[in-house]
Amino acid sequence: MAELFYSHAIRQALEEEMARDERVILMGEDIAGYGGAFKLTAGMADKYGADRVRNTPISEGGFVGVAVGAALTGLRPVVEIMFMDFLTLAMDQLANHAAKLRYQFGEQARVPMVLRTPAGAGRGYGPTHSQSLEKWLVATPGLIVVAPSTAEDAKGLLKSAIRCDDPVVFIESKILYGRRGEVPEGDYTVPLGEAKVVRHGEDVTIVAYSRMTEEALKAAEALAKYDIAAEVIDLRTLAPMDTDTVAASVEKTGRVVVAEEGHMTGGIAAEVVARIVESCFDYLQAPPTRIAAMDIPVPASPVLERAATPDWEDIGRAAAELVQKY
Amino acid sequence: MNYDRSELLKHYRTMVLIRSFEEALDGLFGQGVITGTSHFCMGQEASAMGSIAGLRPDDLVTSNHRGHGHFLAKGADSRRVMAELFGKATGYSGGRGGSQHMADFSIGFLGSNGITGGMTPIATGAALSQKLLHTGKVVLCFFGDGASGQGTFHEAVNMGTTWELPILYLCENNQYAMSTPTRQAFKQPSVAERAKGYGLTTSVVDGNDYFAVRKAVHDAAERSRVGEGAFLIEAMTYRLCGHSKSDACEYRPEEEEQAWAARDPLLLMAERLKQEGLATETDLEQARAEAYQEIEAAVQFARESPEPDPQTVADNLLVTF
Repeated sequence: MAELFYSHAIRQALEEEMARDERVILMGEDIAGYGGAFKLTAGMADKYGADRVRNTPISEGGFVGVAVGAALTGLRPVVEIMFMDFLTLAMDQLANHAAKLRYQFGEQARVPMVLRTPAGAGRGYGPTHSQSLEKWLVATPGLIVVAPSTAEDAKGLLKSAIRCDDPVVFIESKILYGRRGEVPEGDYTVPLGEAKVVRHGEDVTIVAYSRMTEEALKAAEALAKYDIAAEVIDLRTLAPMDTDTVAASVEKTGRVVVAEEGHMTGGIAAEVVARIVESCFDYLQAPPTRIAAMDIPVPASPVLERAATPDWEDIGRAAAELVQKY
Repeated sequence: MNYDRSELLKHYRTMVLIRSFEEALDGLFGQGVITGTSHFCMGQEASAMGSIAGLRPDDLVTSNHRGHGHFLAKGADSRRVMAELFGKATGYSGGRGGSQHMADFSIGFLGSNGITGGMTPIATGAALSQKLLHTGKVVLCFFGDGASGQGTFHEAVNMGTTWELPILYLCENNQYAMSTPTRQAFKQPSVAERAKGYGLTTSVVDGNDYFAVRKAVHDAAERSRVGEGAFLIEAMTYRLCGHSKSDACEYRPEEEEQAWAARDPLLLMAERLKQEGLATETDLEQARAEAYQEIEAAVQFARESPEPDPQTVADNLLVTF
């Protein structure tokens, strides 16, 4: 096992898949010479050429559509959207085209494209550079949505996403880019659609994904000091959602906190809670709790940003309350 | 340009087929036999058939909401197109797409679509594939004057021309976006004039003249194929019907409608074929009779086809899951 930054693990996945399959191309704003806003693809244009590492104009709606058309006709484009907030500009191509082509045109149509994008707050970038919009995506049948929390999963899931014949939105975390983690040597993949129990416990289940998994693990560590054993589940794939792994844990603990960085209303946590209530209501000893961002734009000031978005303390407090009250 | 007589007659027959396909549909909607919506291309048959005649058979085409003519001209089986309108299992999309969402990749038809301007970037992406995979094929992207107001159109055209892709953007300018006349939506009503700003090679042709469209597309396609990049052709034409089946079409001046009706592309092509001795009235009569028969057979096929199985409604959403 080598220790790698989350960002370098993503880059390794891109490099390995480009070397493995000539049909894999990269597209996005400033990804060639500049290496992308977060420098993940720096130097790749020199190695693979400007045809395969393609700078685009600032035209998200346009180049996501170009990727859809390229995917439909034999290429395997991996598109970078500089900030997840900019995905709104490409929603027609994602929701009306990429997600529907196979359903409406049948087996002749395949859209093997990956849309990579950094999401989330924590850097003080303000209302249009800090959002977590995954709820928009999971509400669209026909998209696979992935949001890894570790370097190992980031690499393995991205490789699976690139090899997959469906449109995948691959949500990266700006904060996690700088985290290191163990990554297996050689070629490996992590299966899409499978959640992972990342810490075992009997008292309460904490469901999270992406950066909130890290916060959930911190919360679990703190809870342990009070003799509360929290089980932490990393969803890893948001659509299709692995309800079974979540339900199995809740059946054991009877208590659940679901944490996300997106807004509370209509969010991922709401979906997880609905599924828990439907599938294991009889096992619940306490009302399921959601921890999410406030229903306001993400403010820029670090003080305000922290106030608007959840962290390990919010998760830990909610979990402790469930155990103490019920 | 040298023309093959039998091919011209076949194309005339297809243009009549497109017209009678939609006339049959109009009747079927009226009788309540089929439901949903349709956007007829009556009056635009020459831009559909002329464009596809200018391509090679394995070149690729993308279409829009007004796509019956494009699909039939590209070689679709009229029975399966009709069955799709009936919502039947034998339709091109098995009843999932309806009038606006059909494709047959095996004949190079990458799909029609109900989002105005939505296919322009997808066509551009298909052209990127042709370039990077060295297929020697070009992509023809049908769109209307209305779509030229969409951001995706401008973004796609910009990439198509900057990246020198083998693509032809073919605007069927029928001068009305639903009810809104072009001059009301654009200070510069000419799509070709606006596109020039992106550095595109553009031309304007009489969209009701099969021969003019065919030549313009052929010339542009062969230049684009050898690396001259993207082209835009604006084919001036006119709907001889409403925007969709629910449109009574009360917003256009009667004199304008009459003037364009006199330039019906089916009449123009028939006259030209006779004048130049490329077909006799008997040939044309026979072509029309064949087209009508084919439509009758298509309607019968669609009527007799099975309904889709509701058990399959969720099939084929994803390859992976």
